[in-house]
Amino acid sequence: MEFKENEPIYLQIAAHVCDQILLGKWAAEDKIPSVRDLAVSFQVNPNTVMRTYEQLQNQEVIYNKRGIGFFVTPDAVQKVKAQRKERFLQQDLPAFFRNIFLLEIDLDDIQQRYEAFKTQNYESEIEQKP
Amino acid sequence: MIQIENLSFGYSRKSLLFRNLNLRLQEGHIYGLLGKNGAGKSTLLKNMVGLVSPMEGSCRVNGLEASKRFPAMLEDLYFIPEEIYTPSLTARQFVANTAPFYPLFDEEAFYRYLSEFDVPQQEVFSKMSFGQQKKAIIAFGLATNTSVLIMDEPTNGLDIPSKVQFRRIIASALTEHRCIIISTHQVRDLDSLIDTLVVVHDREIVLNESLDTISERLSFTTIPETEAQNALYTEDALRGKNAILPNLMGNYSKVDMELLFNAITSGNTSVTEILKRPHYEQSF
Repeated sequence: MEFKENEPIYLQIAAHVCDQILLGKWAAEDKIPSVRDLAVSFQVNPNTVMRTYEQLQNQEVIYNKRGIGFFVTPDAVQKVKAQRKERFLQQDLPAFFRNIFLLEIDLDDIQQRYEAFKTQNYESEIEQKP
Repeated sequence: MIQIENLSFGYSRKSLLFRNLNLRLQEGHIYGLLGKNGAGKSTLLKNMVGLVSPMEGSCRVNGLEASKRFPAMLEDLYFIPEEIYTPSLTARQFVANTAPFYPLFDEEAFYRYLSEFDVPQQEVFSKMSFGQQKKAIIAFGLATNTSVLIMDEPTNGLDIPSKVQFRRIIASALTEHRCIIISTHQVRDLDSLIDTLVVVHDREIVLNESLDTISERLSFTTIPETEAQNALYTEDALRGKNAILPNLMGNYSKVDMELLFNAITSGNTSVTEILKRPHYEQSF
């Protein structure tokens, strides 16, 4: 894996782990790769992965069964989503707002485009929702 | 793990390579040892493994004086020099002859590393290419499971796929009880493995710092020519200048080891002064 240069590697690995959880590849109560296995597949220092796992443990995305390994917590998906939502609201949304303001874009126009975008890209998933 | 105190060494009394050198290396880390040609990297490693004895001061490995070469110290240390000697033996014969000196040797791991490295097991070491020989000895060194593993330019002579294998195997070999020291000029081969940088320059250890601390205190970036006066160190690049700046905003940037090395060995003291400031507890 190629790492970006503007973000610590341990955070990039954390994002990778969270992606696996959101994609459902690693489900609740699944055992995830050991620190060593993940370090080997990313070719990084095991201490780096240890730092990733410590952070994800603090965020209650994974937990440690002593002597057995690390597991996905039952509500990991919600935790990851909540964190990403928080980050989006804190970081990405202000930049988006700034553009809307500067370019004098109407919010109704945005709303319409958003609805169109949803039906175009996520039609099947919307039908599934009750 | 390794404790060097007030060590002075030179191959002749008139020209000392090290004067009053102090260095402490701890378990659970991968150290990258950098230094210019002739700075004494290999000589420092030789002091650590007892191949030469200090003129003054001491170098202890796990509490034992390295130059005394006690069996208890030697069985828990493996050194892979840059120029390796391999006898005309096959892997199995080499194990039979050499492995008994290392009580924690893991034979199964040795053959596993050999196959990961694509080294043939039936062939005699001395008939293999330099790269294959080197990989065979690296595989053996890792399989000894010694608490101290020292490698001098291990990636020299390794082909492109072998470098990837090397990184994988080193990542799997580090445990919290192990101290791995790698001297290298090829920092790009190892930059996501090394966690602590040690730089030898002008008879001294001018840097011994974790990469986490370095990136906390310094920013590595490319800046336009006009902003160069704010930088601690700059080098001309294609667009603007590659620069080291104090990290005032707490932003992360990947440590450019080559740039940092050039800054330190060019006699630029502002970089090392920032790194040498005492550690403060993070207050946020």
